[in-house]
Amino acid sequence: MLEGIFTLTILGLSLGLFLGLAARYLKVGADPIVEDITAMLPGSNCGQCGFAGCGQAAEAVAGGTASLDMCPPGGKSLVESLAARLGVDWDFSNSTASEPSVAFVEEATCIGCARCFKACPTDAIVGAPKQIHAVLNSACNGCRLCVDVCPTECLQMIEVQTTLENWRWHKPLPQLAQLRPVLARAQAA
Amino acid sequence: MAGFPIRGGVHPEERKLTSDITIMRVPTPGRLILPLKQHIGAPAKPCRVPGEIVYKGALVARGQGNVSAHIHAPCSGYVEDIIDWPAPHPSGLPTKAMVVINDGREIREDVSVPVNPFYLRPEVIAERVAQSGVVGLGGATFPAAVKLTLGQSHRTPVLIINGCECEPYLTCDDRLMQERTQDVMGGISILAQALNGPETIIAIEENKPEAIRLMHKAAEKFGNIRVMPVPTRYPMGSEKQLIEFITGRQVPAGKLSADIGVMLHNIATAYAVNRAVREGKPLTTRIVTVAGEAIVRPGNYEIPLGMLISDLLEFCGLKEDPARIVMGGPMMGQAIPHAGIPVTKGCNGVLAMSAAEVARRVEHPCIRCGTCVDACPMGLSPLTMARLLMRDKLDAAVDIGLKDCILCGSCSFACPSGIPLAHYFNYGKGELVSRAQQKQKDDEIKRLILGRQVRMERQEKEREEAMARRKAEIAARKAAQAAAEQADKPMEVA
Repeated sequence: MLEGIFTLTILGLSLGLFLGLAARYLKVGADPIVEDITAMLPGSNCGQCGFAGCGQAAEAVAGGTASLDMCPPGGKSLVESLAARLGVDWDFSNSTASEPSVAFVEEATCIGCARCFKACPTDAIVGAPKQIHAVLNSACNGCRLCVDVCPTECLQMIEVQTTLENWRWHKPLPQLAQLRPVLARAQAA
Repeated sequence: MAGFPIRGGVHPEERKLTSDITIMRVPTPGRLILPLKQHIGAPAKPCRVPGEIVYKGALVARGQGNVSAHIHAPCSGYVEDIIDWPAPHPSGLPTKAMVVINDGREIREDVSVPVNPFYLRPEVIAERVAQSGVVGLGGATFPAAVKLTLGQSHRTPVLIINGCECEPYLTCDDRLMQERTQDVMGGISILAQALNGPETIIAIEENKPEAIRLMHKAAEKFGNIRVMPVPTRYPMGSEKQLIEFITGRQVPAGKLSADIGVMLHNIATAYAVNRAVREGKPLTTRIVTVAGEAIVRPGNYEIPLGMLISDLLEFCGLKEDPARIVMGGPMMGQAIPHAGIPVTKGCNGVLAMSAAEVARRVEHPCIRCGTCVDACPMGLSPLTMARLLMRDKLDAAVDIGLKDCILCGSCSFACPSGIPLAHYFNYGKGELVSRAQQKQKDDEIKRLILGRQVRMERQEKEREEAMARRKAEIAARKAAQAAAEQADKPMEVA
């Protein structure tokens, strides 16, 4: 009788101590996946995904309620890294992700109101009050926050121009000969 | 001496029809277009303004940064302008270029010539090579001086001079060795001198018996320079393959040949180094093989850099409208979109191909025969990599060696189904570069966002502090006023 009580007490105490220590030293603060995804997202809180900010978008992506290509500034590389982190097989063929774009100031209509560079989360717009503003393409991630505040609509999003630095070989198109068995199978079905 | 066996490779039809035609000088045209980036590394910075008079061989653009090369005027005349001009690149996108107008007077810039190049210290030789704007003329266009300095800082016991010229059609190095043997040999000995006298091996493919004979004769005078005939097999002239054949050692993945103590220079580079160091002449011309079935007078031509390919084709005559113009060899060269592109330092061949020569094969499904695996000189599995890239599995393709692919095109050549394998690898490598660029930009943007947040917080804090200070000031002033009023009252009383 006493032996049993003694054994169970010791067992309970030691396990309790172990759990207590584990809770303290092996603590998991937040969902690590959400944290990782937040680190991957641009962090400009531009809202183009439909969520209030990058943190909420990360939670939605981790919870499976948002698509992986919801972030236009992140582009293809972000989709790839998200797919790798979440272990998802992502098919790029039906992707709706748009081409990368940057902001552009139409100098003829810019009145130098200085609103856009206050809105820019990456300090990509330079200028001063009553001076024409300009965009530093290397710092612009296409978040569109400046477009909404511009009173004269002189700020537009333009596609990133192809230069020798960012020109790449296109993917070889499959020729008809390769598609023939696929077509035959489709017809048979 | 028989070399160490290397794997893979193919035997394309040689078509070296121009190997018996003497090198011919092409008259300098009236207008030369010099792209500011004719080499690997940072583009050169113009040091002449439009309208400035230049002499032949004068420095017109200065290399900037660690890896770059000077550009010199190939004629006397004046700088007309600095403009955007189609680059020697398959896309034909514009690049900055300097336009030099030739006045036809051929006035030379004064040059300083050393008494004897063999009294020069290795660093001085590298400096003179840098001053002359010499780059690797085999096609890679890596600045030769940077390579020499790298060889001097590493221990380099082996210098290989690459006279393989394994690409079909091209014969410019072959002709150079046959006609200007002494100059080439002089350049080789200067390169050896610059690397503190390593064991020097001149590798020439067996299909150039005349060049082997002449170079062998010329090398007899030197103690540690010898000629080594190598089997005719594409891509024997590739750096990694040649090093493995001669030394039996592989360049580790992601490393440079200098890391295993071997340095490789091209025959044409050696010739340019000789001209630079011994004669003080900068690199302003190069030998180019002009061939292809659309050409009336194929041959090897000494061409001033900056001459437009359209001018060159006019000089050599065209039988028909070329179906494709290729800069470089047919295996690794770049098809260029039109002939309005200048000849640059890295251009060793201009091929104007007739429609019959470029007839494209119909692509059929992969039958998994493994011919491409046998052909791959790097021991990769092209069919698997192409399959993965077809479905955009970039990481999986990298895992099985996409980064090790040298884009030699042996697999595409060997494929019985006509699958454009090398095109897939070009695509995959391009995607890798895009990804790296995007990653860099993402990191930069994150840094900017964080910087802005920190600044905003600081400004907010400063504003609050300023407000608190002003409040305190107002309070102090009020207190002072109150005190003064207090002090005034007794005055009134008094």
